[in-house]
Amino acid sequence: MIEIVRVIVGCCVVTGALLSLVTAFGLIRLPDVYTRNHAASKSATMGVMLVLLGAFLYFYTEEGYADARLILAISFIFLTSPVAGHLISRAAYNSGVKLWGHSVQDDLREHRLVQNSKEHLPACEPREADTKSQP
Amino acid sequence: MKTNDLILQTVSKIILFVIILFSIHLFFAGHYHPGGGFVGGLMTSGAIVLLLLAFDIKTVGKILPVDYKKLIGIGLLFSVGTGLGALVVDLPFLTHVFGYVNLPILGKTSLHTAVLFDTGVFLLVIGVTMTIIQTIGESE
Repeated sequence: MIEIVRVIVGCCVVTGALLSLVTAFGLIRLPDVYTRNHAASKSATMGVMLVLLGAFLYFYTEEGYADARLILAISFIFLTSPVAGHLISRAAYNSGVKLWGHSVQDDLREHRLVQNSKEHLPACEPREADTKSQP
Repeated sequence: MKTNDLILQTVSKIILFVIILFSIHLFFAGHYHPGGGFVGGLMTSGAIVLLLLAFDIKTVGKILPVDYKKLIGIGLLFSVGTGLGALVVDLPFLTHVFGYVNLPILGKTSLHTAVLFDTGVFLLVIGVTMTIIQTIGESE
């Protein structure tokens, strides 16, 4: 029984570390803020949660000590990290960071253009990425 | 342009309870585990700062109608009062008492007057941090 749990703990920690490594690769290799944010907020969350789960299982089986703080940390990271990613992405979009040149879809921009024309406001300036990606 | 903060506000409403619960845990665990008044107070003020980030300063003032400058004074009174309490029973200043007490619901509990001193530190840290942050936030 304890050996099975040891294998599970090892799998959790190694998978979590690998996911964190994937996050780092994504941050270096992906082209713009939004795709990088996508890599950072998803796989890093899962990686950290798996490492914490491994630590919880280890202390529970080896020391017989159920650390509620680790469970709390797992749920905390699960709740907050995607929201942080969302806020960073939104702040980047609102301050006018350009999308990657090969992006084909920007629904939020179209929505804003429609809203601005309804409210008779001047439309926002056209973006380079838009003119490039038009078919 | 009007921004929609629904996600941030909803999540901070939930997360607030987790942070405050954890800060209370840190505060009470301080005698036997890592933690104590300072970290607990910092984390509680962190929770209030999260509220300040998600809502504006007037809403938070309505939710928590606390004058943080008075909180500093109350905290100092707690700390000095525990010190002076030792003088009353003819012991040196800041001597603490430790003992096991049978409380009605909780049963046998170890109580220490250092917790009262820690309560002072807790309130003082919340007061100082929130005073600094609100003063910076209010100035135009």
